[in-house]
Amino acid sequence: MIWTIAGRELRSLFLSPLAWVILAVVQGLCAYFFLLYVDLFMQLQPRIAALPNGPGITDIIVAPLYSTAATILLLIVPLITMRLVSEERRGQTLSLLISAPVSMTEIILGKFVGVFSFVLIMVLLIALMPLSLLTGGALDIGVWFSGLLGLILLLATFCSVGLFISTLTSQPTVAAIGSFGILLLLWILNLAGTTGGGSELFAYLSLLGHYQPLLQGNFSSADIIYYLLITGLCLILSVHRLDADRLQH
Amino acid sequence: MSDQTLIQVEQLTRFYGSHRAVDDLSFEVRRGEVLGFLGPNGAGKSTTMRMITGNLAPHHGRITINGIDILDQPKAAKAEIGYLPEQPPLYRELTVDEYLQFCARLNRITRSKQSQAIGSVKDRCGLGDVGGRLIGNLSKGYQQRVGIAQAIIHSPAVVVLDEPTVGLDPIQIRQIRHLIRELGGEHSVILSTHILPEVQATCDHVQIIHQGKLVLRDSIEGLAQRMQTSSLMVRLGRPANQDSILSINGVSAVDELENGCLRIHHDPETNPAAAIAHTAVTQGWELLELTPEKRSLEEIFVDITTSETEANESTETAAA
Repeated sequence: MIWTIAGRELRSLFLSPLAWVILAVVQGLCAYFFLLYVDLFMQLQPRIAALPNGPGITDIIVAPLYSTAATILLLIVPLITMRLVSEERRGQTLSLLISAPVSMTEIILGKFVGVFSFVLIMVLLIALMPLSLLTGGALDIGVWFSGLLGLILLLATFCSVGLFISTLTSQPTVAAIGSFGILLLLWILNLAGTTGGGSELFAYLSLLGHYQPLLQGNFSSADIIYYLLITGLCLILSVHRLDADRLQH
Repeated sequence: MSDQTLIQVEQLTRFYGSHRAVDDLSFEVRRGEVLGFLGPNGAGKSTTMRMITGNLAPHHGRITINGIDILDQPKAAKAEIGYLPEQPPLYRELTVDEYLQFCARLNRITRSKQSQAIGSVKDRCGLGDVGGRLIGNLSKGYQQRVGIAQAIIHSPAVVVLDEPTVGLDPIQIRQIRHLIRELGGEHSVILSTHILPEVQATCDHVQIIHQGKLVLRDSIEGLAQRMQTSSLMVRLGRPANQDSILSINGVSAVDELENGCLRIHHDPETNPAAAIAHTAVTQGWELLELTPEKRSLEEIFVDITTSETEANESTETAAA
């Protein structure tokens, strides 16, 4: 049942020009940044070669690419998730799902899986870019993979936050702005930690703080659990919010 | 089998804030019944339907669908319901076939039976030649039919239709009414509408709801009896002596209308028509017309739902 809803979600995404435009823009921007990093590496290469334990192409190209991709997607994901529930509310199609023998959890999970699969397609395309470097050199596949995992987990969090905000309103634009605001806040929460001094809690809660170690290949289960917890929390909140529709007024 | 109760609603109450939208509503629908749900705007029809289909939680009361409590086992109960809300829940970007396939899957129709279910439902709703078209490009009538198709695709025991003929042309309305009658054969149908002839044409039970309360529940035959009021319309060529009419056995009151017409109210048990005719002839009143009056469903409806406001208005005009 989850797959049915997810499939419908994905199909509707691709039936609108939005999905294609987003894919093209994200891919174009990431490709541009990828070339910039490759160029940077070419400039730095003579100097790096002189260093005994200098950074390799993975450190100079792959990690920054993933980091840039995350920033771009921070702007893009709210636009994909905004219509998930709010548009169904607006078009009054939600009653189709609610009257069907499907639980609220299945509806939310279906929507999450649908939008997350779309995001995975983007991530896959981005992750393929550094793999092209294998034709001309060696890549640290471990770091490549850990960064990819970090990006995927991060995006799962983005999607779940966007989904939750979308359940709160019947206006897609409001959902987009709301989720963008919250994501950006979570992203830069560590600034409060570093400049405020002493407040390590904020730094710890920041989305960015858990992403960077993964980009450098430091695979820590705490970071992974952090992302899974936020994703799970947002999904549970979404289920409750959707269920509260029946009770409200 | 035929008198099996499919929908049972007990003491249903729902508030919107402090406003009591549905107030202690109880009724039941048996298999094969088509129940017409009437009421003015804001009477609580849609709210009741949304509660029956699990889209809204009641504050009090119980709803059982085919013996399954919708609050305790929502999934099992919802499998027995097909629901067409006021605005059909259509994904405009999908084609009719894609949409129906999604609905079939959503209602857990097994893969092997899906295409058969879609085919038969398209047949019944007259969607045969629009399968490949986008729902957003269809006319309102066709969209409404897709909405109905969606509600009956899994042949549910109970079909709930909220104003299914709104916005359709007369031919489409006839087709939809025919379809609803047909559905009544094997399913139970609840149908809400403001269009009164529709109820007479399609339903076999009528229920009028006003300000959240059930004010009338009757079969169509019972309703027909209610329509036969206890009054006669008489037109006379010469003015009549009212006292001598009142002295006729069974006559309770006489109202004088324009053009020499009189409305004669009588006890429901006795019919004084023959006596009035006889008196009119013997007294030389020149009897021109004598008709038993029939109230339309509309009048009953208006009578029940506006009796209070009307009374207020008439005292106001009298005072003026």
